[in-house]
Amino acid sequence: MKEIKSNKAPLFHVSKRNDQTLKSAILVRTVAIVAGILFCALICAIIFKTNPFRIIFELFNGNFGTERRIWMLLRDTALLLGVGLALLPAFKMKFWNLGGNGQILMGCLATVACMFYFGGKLPDGVVILMMVVASILAGAIWAVIPAIFKAFFKTNESLFTLMMNYIAAGLVAYCLNGWVKTGSGVLNPLSDANLPEIVNPYLLIILVVAVLTVFMYFYNKHSKHGFEVAVVGENENTAKYVGINVKKVVIRTLILSGAICGIIGLLIGGAMDHTINTESAKNLGFTAIMVTWLAKFNPLMMVLSAFFIVFVTRGMGQVQTACGITNNAVSNVVVGIIYFFIIGCEFFIAYKVTTRSGKTIGQLIKEVWLSFIALFKKKEVKKEELVQNDDETVTKTDKNENGEVEQ
Amino acid sequence: MKKLLTILLVLALSLTLCCGLVACNKNNTEVKVGLICLHGESSTYDKNFIDAFKAGCQAKGVELVIKTDIHETNECYETAEDLVDQGCNIIFADSFGHEAFLYQAAQQHKDVTFAHATGTTAHTKKLDNFVNAFASIYEGRYLAGVAAGLKLSEMEAAGQITDKNLDENGAIIIGYVGAYTYAEVISGYTSWYLGVKAGYTGDRDITMKVQFTGTWYNETDEKSAAEALISAGAALISQHADSMGAPTACENAGVPNVSYNGSTATACPNTFIVSSRINWQVYCEYLIDTVKAGKKVDTDWTGTIDDNSVVLTDLGNAAAANTQTRLNEVKAQLANGSLKVFDCSKFTVNGKHLTEYKADVDTDAEYTPDTEVIKTENGVTYFAESEFRSAPYFDIRIDGIVLLNEKY
Repeated sequence: MKEIKSNKAPLFHVSKRNDQTLKSAILVRTVAIVAGILFCALICAIIFKTNPFRIIFELFNGNFGTERRIWMLLRDTALLLGVGLALLPAFKMKFWNLGGNGQILMGCLATVACMFYFGGKLPDGVVILMMVVASILAGAIWAVIPAIFKAFFKTNESLFTLMMNYIAAGLVAYCLNGWVKTGSGVLNPLSDANLPEIVNPYLLIILVVAVLTVFMYFYNKHSKHGFEVAVVGENENTAKYVGINVKKVVIRTLILSGAICGIIGLLIGGAMDHTINTESAKNLGFTAIMVTWLAKFNPLMMVLSAFFIVFVTRGMGQVQTACGITNNAVSNVVVGIIYFFIIGCEFFIAYKVTTRSGKTIGQLIKEVWLSFIALFKKKEVKKEELVQNDDETVTKTDKNENGEVEQ
Repeated sequence: MKKLLTILLVLALSLTLCCGLVACNKNNTEVKVGLICLHGESSTYDKNFIDAFKAGCQAKGVELVIKTDIHETNECYETAEDLVDQGCNIIFADSFGHEAFLYQAAQQHKDVTFAHATGTTAHTKKLDNFVNAFASIYEGRYLAGVAAGLKLSEMEAAGQITDKNLDENGAIIIGYVGAYTYAEVISGYTSWYLGVKAGYTGDRDITMKVQFTGTWYNETDEKSAAEALISAGAALISQHADSMGAPTACENAGVPNVSYNGSTATACPNTFIVSSRINWQVYCEYLIDTVKAGKKVDTDWTGTIDDNSVVLTDLGNAAAANTQTRLNEVKAQLANGSLKVFDCSKFTVNGKHLTEYKADVDTDAEYTPDTEVIKTENGVTYFAESEFRSAPYFDIRIDGIVLLNEKY
């Protein structure tokens, strides 16, 4: 047997980071986002045969191009964030609630059923009150069923909640079958007992979710319930030892989780779509999982992650339209790659990668950057040796006047 | 250095501003078309619209914005509003379920024309800028049926029609995969069935089995529906659904297929006979011309086989000999009106020929029949399909067609 040389250290060495600071974490994430967007702009540019700057322009144009787009961006962010808030306490308790879609759908179904049967027959205020109660109840019931089974029979909550999604979709299809008799199965928007508009159709949803966010922040951080959830999530036995009724906490938390999903369903059915179909949950239940994890279960950080996910999705929609692409395979792939960058960067936040020479990746990048700057500065100095230095600042104003709505 | 940079930046910015302003001025006087599609180009139904509008807008030199995968929800309304913001003054949506949401947008933007394919409510809503369009696709299906009938005769002569293709009365079984049990589909399969009977030259009777899937686009369901029909003895199959499910099943089983919305010749080289489709380019150009001229667009526009809105694709390898000659003859008769697809003497309902029938033309929640649709012209009594509104309303169950299931 040959003796293997072992005097060389491996090229890369991965170790857990103990020195992570908030500043470095933010820096790594920013770099990842920027790198992800640039990389995707490049890919799109190659596939769509256009220049990468146009892709970036359209990405922003799709979100901020008109006043309406900005409102829609905020509204969609609010809805996604709302579902994230619903999943948050369940996830903190290590209860994997994958049934967000079903819970939203049930809330939405309850809302639309009230509008369908009582709209126009009873005063709007009464119907709206019924919608609110019914949707919260429906969402809560849909979440509490798996919770009860989990608490008393130790069933697997992931599978159970997933199955509840399909049942909810089936129920919606069944109801539509009874309500609509033209072949398309599309229930036309109901005009009675819609939730009131505040200024525009978007603001109500944003405000409701803003209130929910504040509530969840305090519920998680500063309430006894929030503390109990955290303890159950850390270790069930510890929780039992300190006298927490685990079954009660599981059920109570899932009622809250489902109720918030129900509220989102209420907003979708009563303030946005005014109708329902099997896809009315818009897959928010699954997308929101990413929102909570990216934000590390911090409700305030979730605002940012929800915003970013909606930004990328809406932006890529516009890129696709602008480039005349009628097949969304590419835009889905691109959104996936951007997510990959974001999720991948978490690795670099949690772990340190050291090279053989003992430098970290961050240090290497810093070195390259500094030497680049130094090179640039040397040239500057040489050229500007004779030129007087003046302190003019360049200010750019680039107003977009597309925001006005034509009447 | 900094001064130079400043000057360059200012120049660049003012240049973009000028470009922007010029572009804006141009857009205000021109027509810009927005197209809202339910799916992307992977659906044959939507691809048909996308291709037609691309060709139409290019021919007229007009800008086109295409939005794909727009669900039949509030998303359709918001997309329409966004297209208005982008300066579109013609907005067209391609799916039946888009109608109510498009109407919502139409109420708010009177200066923009909102056109909707397959819709049924424009003639009762009475909004000048909200219109419906369709084409007399039953003529195209009838024609495709004639080609299928000829094929059936050829198969019979070649001894390819065996006992398993015959029902207990000795009639040849053919099959049809439909989406939903409502007028658009019923009108489609009935016209195809009448076409097959007209094209068939043998002595046997023909009976058709119809299997519904309850969806407009589901490859698996459509495929298994076609397979069920094949095992039930169908000698020939056609479909009214948007995926490649049924044609693929036919190709696998070696059963001739009449397609819809576009040729499936490349995917199904051995079994593809012919396909009928609506050529929306005609309507697209009509829309652009009418809006440019500042005239009012027809509330219910119906394209015909005569104006080239209804077309057949090239014949496939499976088509019988001399099919093209026969098709040209029938097409000429349809175009000049001497032949009516729903000629009441050609079909019976419960053993009787129709003399009167009230159809639900003005859509309402109760689906009350409201309009007499049997007309007599030049001695021919016929069901006047697509004459009182563009979208089909033929919903009669005629003899010879067996529905295996129903889906609403």
